[in-house]
Amino acid sequence: MLALMIDRARVDHVARLARLELTDEESERMVRELSSILEHIERITNLDLADVPPTSHVVDLTNVLRPDEPRPCLPREAALAQAPDATEDGFRVPSPSA
Amino acid sequence: MTPLDLSAAAAAERVRAGDLDAGELWELYRGRAAADDLGAFVWVAEERPGNPTDGPLGGVPVAVKDLFCTAGVPSQAGSKILEGYRPPYTATAVERLTGAGAPLLAKTNQDEFAMGSSNENSAFGPVRNPWDRERVPGGSSGGSAAAVAAGLAPWAIGTDTGGSIRQPASLCGIVGLKPTYGAISRYGMIAFASSLDQAGPLTRDVADAALLLSAMVGKDPCDSTSLGLPEPVTEPTATDLRGVRLGVPEEVFETEGVESGVLAAFEATVELARQLGATVERCHLPHAPHALSAYYLIAPAEASSNLARYDGVRYGLRVNGDADLLTMYLRTRGAGFGPEVKRRIMLGTYALSSGYYDAYYGTAQKVRTLISDDFRAAWERFDFVVTPTSPTVAFPLGAKTADPLAMYLNDYFTVPMSLAGIPAISIPNGLSERLPTGFQLAGPAFSENRLLDAAHALERAIGFDGSAARA
Amino acid sequence: MTDYEPVIGLEIHVQLSTRTKMFCGCELSFGDPPNTHTCPVCLGLPGTLPVLNARAIDFGILLGLALECEIAPRSLFHRKNYFYPDLPKGYQISQYDVPLCRGGRLGEVRIHRVHLEEDAAKLVHLGESGRIHGSAHSIVDFNRGGTPLVEIVSEPDVRSPEQAREWLQLLRTTVRQLGISDVNMEEGSLRCDANVSIRPVGRSELGVKTELKNMNSFRFIERGITAEIARQTALLDAGEPVVQETLHFDPQSGSLTPLRSKEEAHDYRYFPEPDLVPLVVTEEMLAEARAQLPELPAARAERYARELGLADDRARLLAFRSELGSYFEAALAHDGEDPQTLANWVVGELVSRIGDADPAQSRVAPEALAGLVGLLRAGRVTQGGARQVLDRLVADGGDPAAIVDAEDLGAVGGGDELGAIVDRALEAQPEEVEQLRQGNMRAIGPIVGFVMRETKGRADGKEVTRIVRERLGLS
Repeated sequence: MLALMIDRARVDHVARLARLELTDEESERMVRELSSILEHIERITNLDLADVPPTSHVVDLTNVLRPDEPRPCLPREAALAQAPDATEDGFRVPSPSA
Repeated sequence: MTPLDLSAAAAAERVRAGDLDAGELWELYRGRAAADDLGAFVWVAEERPGNPTDGPLGGVPVAVKDLFCTAGVPSQAGSKILEGYRPPYTATAVERLTGAGAPLLAKTNQDEFAMGSSNENSAFGPVRNPWDRERVPGGSSGGSAAAVAAGLAPWAIGTDTGGSIRQPASLCGIVGLKPTYGAISRYGMIAFASSLDQAGPLTRDVADAALLLSAMVGKDPCDSTSLGLPEPVTEPTATDLRGVRLGVPEEVFETEGVESGVLAAFEATVELARQLGATVERCHLPHAPHALSAYYLIAPAEASSNLARYDGVRYGLRVNGDADLLTMYLRTRGAGFGPEVKRRIMLGTYALSSGYYDAYYGTAQKVRTLISDDFRAAWERFDFVVTPTSPTVAFPLGAKTADPLAMYLNDYFTVPMSLAGIPAISIPNGLSERLPTGFQLAGPAFSENRLLDAAHALERAIGFDGSAARA
Repeated sequence: MTDYEPVIGLEIHVQLSTRTKMFCGCELSFGDPPNTHTCPVCLGLPGTLPVLNARAIDFGILLGLALECEIAPRSLFHRKNYFYPDLPKGYQISQYDVPLCRGGRLGEVRIHRVHLEEDAAKLVHLGESGRIHGSAHSIVDFNRGGTPLVEIVSEPDVRSPEQAREWLQLLRTTVRQLGISDVNMEEGSLRCDANVSIRPVGRSELGVKTELKNMNSFRFIERGITAEIARQTALLDAGEPVVQETLHFDPQSGSLTPLRSKEEAHDYRYFPEPDLVPLVVTEEMLAEARAQLPELPAARAERYARELGLADDRARLLAFRSELGSYFEAALAHDGEDPQTLANWVVGELVSRIGDADPAQSRVAPEALAGLVGLLRAGRVTQGGARQVLDRLVADGGDPAAIVDAEDLGAVGGGDELGAIVDRALEAQPEEVEQLRQGNMRAIGPIVGFVMRETKGRADGKEVTRIVRERLGLS
């Protein structure tokens, strides 16, 4: 069973992938909770699904396209208004290469 | 009869006829909303907005779930990570409502990012059930349901991803409709799970639901997955169920955890349906028992991606912006999301991660196909499938917070319809131990008018009186 | 020492020149102030949804056809999930296992796939002044974010750095001719990464490859790949393994430095984008694209060789720089007698005078060049005279016949006039005449030189030689 593979190392790895800081206690609880949820969920992995196509959309639509016509942009002040740290002309972030 | 006793549709009718002043109605509800002690609202309008009242919604104010973006008005999706966020634009569904004459009364409390079945996952506090303040209103549209049930708002809108309209409607003794996926634009709805999310009305009665729905539906060029409905929504008028074929899934009786009071109320209404002329037979949805598993893989997977944008760069919370980038991301998201949201992000990230995709997400998508097929087969014999909406009545605050799996099981009867993208409505189905239960009808895609008609006939026959919650 | 063969695959990103972004109505921007071309969609605000730009799809189909790809009847968009400040949604909408185009070929290099995606925003790194509490900051500018991109992935069919450069130039011409992009490397509308490995000559299995990034000019691509082949060769010669990694090319120093490896291996968690519906390319869409398809360089070169009898290298020079081809054809419309000579004058004489400039923008009208070649063929001007006429045309434009007359550059006609000058030359140089009589034909040089001086180069050398032989009775 895949759920058995949920251990602390996996939780830590997934948390890092998802950019979530978890406290020690949160991580430990996550190991228990994810294991019990996945144990329930994993019943579906026993179904014979070889010939079943996956559903990623329930709407029967294709080719929803937009004409290549400009629409008004936001004024810069509005674009920056909700930023936690903005300069006059942009969003400030810690340098990725720092 | 005071304006508070009027359904929203009846109030709109009177406003249009000149028998009721829209301003007076606004003041009545604004006053009640401002005095809210259920925790149903996260924001209440100070002033009556200037939008027209001569539309079909007749100036009857509407409460809107927090996760609908409303320009200049807090839109926080119940999350600390969006605390104080005021978007520069308004959701299409809300624009349609205000354009049809319903002024925005308030934003309603909800589970964080619509993840929850009890409204206890809100960063802005829990919502109390007006039938019993020590109990939950259901979730995630708990604020909308409690507000309408308690008469703090004439009507409200919410969103339903796996039952988030129907289940709180059931627990609060009101009507909740999840339309066909694509009927209402998702543009401006802060996303939980994009392939499942759908807006819908929470109202006192079926006629209100139809009226509110009629103003919300429509294809939207801003939502590639929106279709609208093939026909205009009509006022439901049916008083019997002659010629209507109802299917009752075997699974309703095979499932553990359905409360006997809920089951008794359900069976009584099935009998009532028979008396109204419906033919009722057992049906089989063989893959329905797996719906919950598929749902709890698909929804978290999509959510883990949808919630990646909350990174402390363009809006919302930022923690440790003076540290390095990775630390800023980790701390911002670690501090901004609540436990349930973290749990689902973890679950979804895991389900999509390298080496697990096929076993989890891929499998869940196939099960989704089988569930749609089950319903398609059912429609060959039945017009509607009926179930209890929730296996239980409203449970006490805190009763299930320690056990996520037990909480997830609340969605047992509502999730299959979400996966299939089909419409389903919950109507009040009497009380069990002095708490409301709900009766769910689901129909084929785009069968909203027939579904509302059938619900209307049953509603009349059930004769539920919800006025106690407004007292 | 072992001889190694390089195996090179190229990954090219091309920004499409639509009016608006891939998924929203913001106009594309070039050099506008930061964050003035944004909207809720391309800022990734909560609740927003993408809607596909129809023209970006048309452009993608056009490119797929031009590269002889198979166009997928039904393709999907996926989300590629990762965190970076230039990625507003936390995922890039791209195509994954069902791309728009598969297979194909351009010249001698096969195409693996072509897919559509959205560009990231731009990160501007602040200098020391931007340091706050000792940590450097960057500014994110979302103007570029969401610009439509096509990614073209070649098969590893390229075998040398020169071939990589030449093939990229062919690709650029092809894309430019389709009118779907500015394909300007300096401005970043054409970006190229290279996967490089080497293997002993004759071996078929591939070596460990590295990925080279940041080669933002054709010259750098050639230099970067050359440097990497040298680096890998040195490693293998020293008995050390090549490590799979991504390398950053520094054009200043010519050095390659590994990009800092991420904290965890990439796990992009691709899944179908639920906010978009599948793309189905209909027969109508294909027919429309086919009708729009211009003649492409490879086909053009083939036509020049087949129909006009041009040598392959001439044909390719004209076809791969489409502006030269267009100019050549315009000139050919005025004088179709001798395409080979006309081609030589375009890619030889004219290009040596105007360099990389578009000849259509020069002062030399195509009919003028055609006229000049006609004068040459009619013997009215000599090769040397014609070169002088072309100098004038490049400088001032005008009509070649008029220049010949006005500047007295016409060939000194045969018969009496030229004969008289030859007679004077023979008279003035008795020594050379004597040597000629003794059979030393090299002595004709000074005599022809005398005639050329006298005629200011307007005499036809062959004709001069003929008259000299006639006068001296040489066979």
